[in-house]
Amino acid sequence: MEQKKIEKQLSLPLKNAIQMSFRNMRVRFGRAIIITMSILLGIAFLMSVLTGNAFTMSLIHKGPEEIKVLLMADILEVKTRQVWLVSLSLLVCTVGIVNAMLMSVTERSREIGTMKCLGALDKFIVELFLLESLAHGIVGSIAGCLIGILTMTVVYLIQYGGLIIKIFPLGVILKYMLLSILLGTFLAVIGALYPAYVSSKMEPAEAIRREV
Amino acid sequence: MPKEAIVRTIGVKKSFMLGKVPLHVLKGIDLEILKGEYISIMGPSGSGKTTLFNMIGGLDKPSEGKVYIDEVDIAQLDAYELAWLRCRKIGYIFQTFNLIPVMSALENVMLPMIFGGLSTDDAREKAKALLETVGLGHRVNHKPFELSGGQQQRVAIARALANDPAIILADEPTGNLDLKTGKEIINLLREMNKEKGVSIITATHDLKMLDVSDRVIWIRDGMIERVEDRENITIKVGEVEGEEAG
Repeated sequence: MEQKKIEKQLSLPLKNAIQMSFRNMRVRFGRAIIITMSILLGIAFLMSVLTGNAFTMSLIHKGPEEIKVLLMADILEVKTRQVWLVSLSLLVCTVGIVNAMLMSVTERSREIGTMKCLGALDKFIVELFLLESLAHGIVGSIAGCLIGILTMTVVYLIQYGGLIIKIFPLGVILKYMLLSILLGTFLAVIGALYPAYVSSKMEPAEAIRREV
Repeated sequence: MPKEAIVRTIGVKKSFMLGKVPLHVLKGIDLEILKGEYISIMGPSGSGKTTLFNMIGGLDKPSEGKVYIDEVDIAQLDAYELAWLRCRKIGYIFQTFNLIPVMSALENVMLPMIFGGLSTDDAREKAKALLETVGLGHRVNHKPFELSGGQQQRVAIARALANDPAIILADEPTGNLDLKTGKEIINLLREMNKEKGVSIITATHDLKMLDVSDRVIWIRDGMIERVEDRENITIKVGEVEGEEAG
């Protein structure tokens, strides 16, 4: 029997993919909020620590002599502890994302199966999940950064008063913010990789029959 | 000229592992379905109906034997080619409708065309026309949950027809519908079958289906029990439930 060749293309244009994942987030808003919150909290913590550090350094460089001495004393000890705390919180936040995304995959298994029956390739499904997570990551990181900076500014304002405004380390904080947003987005996407892979490997017939 | 076969199965066997015991669901099925035929696969639950159905639909591969869809051996296809086959050659209709809940009727019908590479504008035009054909021209922008079961199934039929497939596979298409709506859906399928010349294969135990089928394939215990042609079916409708041996 001569085999006919299959050569046509299958595609999911980025515009449509973005539209679809955006729609998904709007409809399943609760889950989107949970995932975004997970990133938001992790990044808010990271950013508050970074902002605190920026203030401290700024105070050491530009502040009055008595504060300088006070701060210099425990700066090293605090730093190691901070690294641990921040790493741990980011780890927890990533695990939270993996968990929430896995649930989202189970919840949507019939939908995924249907799409596969309609001709979706594995990579379309992965793409949809990653796009969603990317959006969660960006929104959560930006919100987390703002919250972190705001909280720390208030805390330092209470502690040191108007001096903080004078020595506000804008450049450093902006740099930290950029890093945090990148890190948060990266973690969100990393957290979604495994769930997206699981979903793309579902057999369509099975995925459709699975009752949730 | 003899009609071309769109689906052929040769000695198809399928077994699943049930724990450590192999369960032989299909025990050698030889089948030939012609272009433009309307086939009903009937059988009690557990007869292997659904498994056979998945096989024909390229959703599952046989343990033994061959399945040819449009002269292509599906066992030889890689994931990409299978997806392409599902996209362009086969339309699926499910008992539970399975529309994408977050998309409107129109977008649901557009989806397979987008996958198939059609531009959004072309897809929209064609989807509108298809929804018109199935009698839902006035509800294109409704979400699935805003539609009744019968209407959802009509959307599903429009979606199945989106890429002008050669085969439509309908798994218990009337299973979740009341009698009257079920009949409407069956008639619509028959209409599409006549109009577009698409082969329709349904797995069902809805006896209403017998009326419109060209052939009925009875499955029992993973084997084809008998195949009935249309001429013989009408006579049997009355006695079909009591009749055992055929």
